[in-house]
Amino acid sequence: MTATATSASAGTSSGATILPFAEPVKAGRDTRPLRLITCGSVDDGKSTLIGRLLWDTKAVKEDQAATLHRDSGQQNDLGLPDFALLLDGLQAEREQGITIDVAYRYFSTDRRSFIVADTPGHEQYTRNMATGASTADLAVLLADARAGLLEQTRRHATIAALMGIRQFVLAVNKIDLVNYDKAIFEKISHDFREFALSLGVRQITAIPMSALKGESVVYSAGATMPWYEGPTLIETLELATVRSAQAGGFRLPVQRVSRPGESFRGYQGTVAGGSVKPGDSVMILPSGTVANVKQIVTFDLVRNAAVAGDAITLVLDRQVDVSRGDVIVSLDGQPMTGFHFEAQLVSLQPGGIEPGKRYWLKSGSRRQRVSVEPVSQLELSTGKWQPHASTLSMNAIGKVRLSFEEQAVFDTYEQNRATGAFILIDPDTNNTVAGGMITAKRGELGGIHRDGQRVLMSLPADLAELIMSSELFAKRRDETEIKRMTASQAAEIFSNAASDI
Amino acid sequence: MPLSSVQETEIKNPPVSKPPLDPHLKALENEAIHIFREVAAEFERPVMLYSIGKDSSVLLHLARKAFYPGRVPFPLLHVDTTWKFREMIEFRDEIAQKYDLDLVAHTNPRGKAEGITPFTHGSAFYTDIMKTEALRQALDAGQYDAAFGGARRDEEASRAKERIYSFRTPDHKWDPRNQRPELWNVYNGMIRKGESVRAFPLSNWTEVDIWRYIQAEDIPIVPLYFAAERPYVERDGMMILAEDPRLELQPGETIQHGMIRFRTLGCFPLTGAIRSTASNLEEVIAELEIATVSERQGRAIDRDQSGSMEKKKREGYF
Repeated sequence: MTATATSASAGTSSGATILPFAEPVKAGRDTRPLRLITCGSVDDGKSTLIGRLLWDTKAVKEDQAATLHRDSGQQNDLGLPDFALLLDGLQAEREQGITIDVAYRYFSTDRRSFIVADTPGHEQYTRNMATGASTADLAVLLADARAGLLEQTRRHATIAALMGIRQFVLAVNKIDLVNYDKAIFEKISHDFREFALSLGVRQITAIPMSALKGESVVYSAGATMPWYEGPTLIETLELATVRSAQAGGFRLPVQRVSRPGESFRGYQGTVAGGSVKPGDSVMILPSGTVANVKQIVTFDLVRNAAVAGDAITLVLDRQVDVSRGDVIVSLDGQPMTGFHFEAQLVSLQPGGIEPGKRYWLKSGSRRQRVSVEPVSQLELSTGKWQPHASTLSMNAIGKVRLSFEEQAVFDTYEQNRATGAFILIDPDTNNTVAGGMITAKRGELGGIHRDGQRVLMSLPADLAELIMSSELFAKRRDETEIKRMTASQAAEIFSNAASDI
Repeated sequence: MPLSSVQETEIKNPPVSKPPLDPHLKALENEAIHIFREVAAEFERPVMLYSIGKDSSVLLHLARKAFYPGRVPFPLLHVDTTWKFREMIEFRDEIAQKYDLDLVAHTNPRGKAEGITPFTHGSAFYTDIMKTEALRQALDAGQYDAAFGGARRDEEASRAKERIYSFRTPDHKWDPRNQRPELWNVYNGMIRKGESVRAFPLSNWTEVDIWRYIQAEDIPIVPLYFAAERPYVERDGMMILAEDPRLELQPGETIQHGMIRFRTLGCFPLTGAIRSTASNLEEVIAELEIATVSERQGRAIDRDQSGSMEKKKREGYF
């Protein structure tokens, strides 16, 4: 509801990136918490920025500040505590002076509360960023006004976009160190806008700020930047949208079956998309059984409807076989079911993701065996996908093919973050080794399967002649089948195969 | 809720007595219920750590919601140091009966055998034996493979980095440097025999959220959270409640009376009161919103040294 002003500005392309700032909707506390991720290296002042947010929204209490003073015996030149110490909660980090993992911070204003995933800027940032970004609605990307847009910032933006974040804030920090120069700010924000648009992100707000001095963070900069009339960071966050309950059909991944008495059987889970009401016809996947919704039960009352995000107990009008891991869906707009899917994933552990190895895949409440075949890997420095069929090492982002032993049920991540996301678990270590996002379903003949016995190829005639004239081919000629046809005939066969004939 | 209402299959719409939750609290509630159901479905022997405090009260309420119309499908475990406030134990027993809960209370036998008290052995050693070691004993005895706790990430710096499913080795150790990545709301519950998971459904709640939820849902809590005229002694800069005969006055100490209340509840000799006139939920929340010190400030055990919570957690403390 508070989002209207921000979304309306999506197409703004002026260099100053000033949002048409509508009168803030009086939201009171009736908004969901906004989850955000901050990306930037230590040098960009990320810890200072988060510390400043916590400090100026009064999320840091006196005794915590006193502990900081005691521990560090130092403060910055504004008489404030060293914010990095406040954030780096673990002893190892304090000792080494680095941030090693994702931490979550909480602060709120009168209008809204916020959850910040605070991730380190250097070592293993891909893995930690992916973790933090998986739940984020918005990414704040930091740039040092003196340095401009660095490759690091582009990498962070690329990962954030890949994880499905569609709202960016570019915080051009340390603007005081370039004498509040408007031209410098506009150059950096222009470059960033161009880049973000190329990633498919259209909601971009750029803000010149000094986190150290607290300018344009919670309080506006006032006299130092009379040329900047846009929102402060906190105003932008207050008006940002929570990643919407995705459009599309009803989805209820069944977490457990509740049978407190002989006559009651309810299916418990969190609605992962769409809505449902008593009387609706639904299908249970993967079995395909159809039933009608009889009741939506919650502790408080029997409800007339449930929407995405609601944790409910669903009662159906007939005895059907439903167990944990099944998905109850609307008859319209059903998800994809099948044995083969395409996905993008982030490799999270030192062993990497090995081709052909059998992993556990968990998505929603369903866990099943899968084998993974890498296809390509994202080169973060250029943003290009390079062919890559071998192990995807830690921090690599890859496109892969997934093959299941039992029917799987997915939406694309683009359509539904809850039913399109998954993790991979290594059965040898039980550790979480990858986070992934479904991009498409593949036909049963959609490509070369590692475990397949035969390979069907369509080749240009001249290349086929070359192969057939080889000695190796001649030796095994008896084992092959060859048909000649036109290019369009071949294309038709493959497109049919890919759509699961 | 009595089970009889279930037998009819048709669950009658109860009279709507309270307004719907605001979206912020609703989102937190939904997330917590999701975690409860996921853990209950994935683990063989879950248990819920119940400390009787306000966070535990919220946790229990959420558990009842998550499994309604069924019973809470796991026991509650209270690690009883025998030094809790008297009103806490009364409250605990009342709640267990009222909601038909399986309550397991465990006390480390070393406490009695070796005469370990917070007065004689210092807070650090006492806490290690009567809380951390006791918890390990109880978890081992019950062979629990998952334990719900009411910890929140906003409480303390090392909590801020803890996962919602927090993996523990067979000897209950937490290794903050090697936590499993946790993406979306897809939790990895795969463990080997002997290993366990601590699950934190309230991870994303703040102290204000807890209070506002208690108010919105009308959740019963121990009366010590509300200001009243109570006897206390001042010791080491803390106001210690003076109603237990085991509290011996030291030279120069006198029992005073005043309007005090507690922001957190633990063992009475280690928990400091605050001066307050907030005698109901509205006043407590109002007080909280202008508070300038954190709730753990009254806890002696957090003050031993910086990073002391992380140290205790590594050793198996919640």
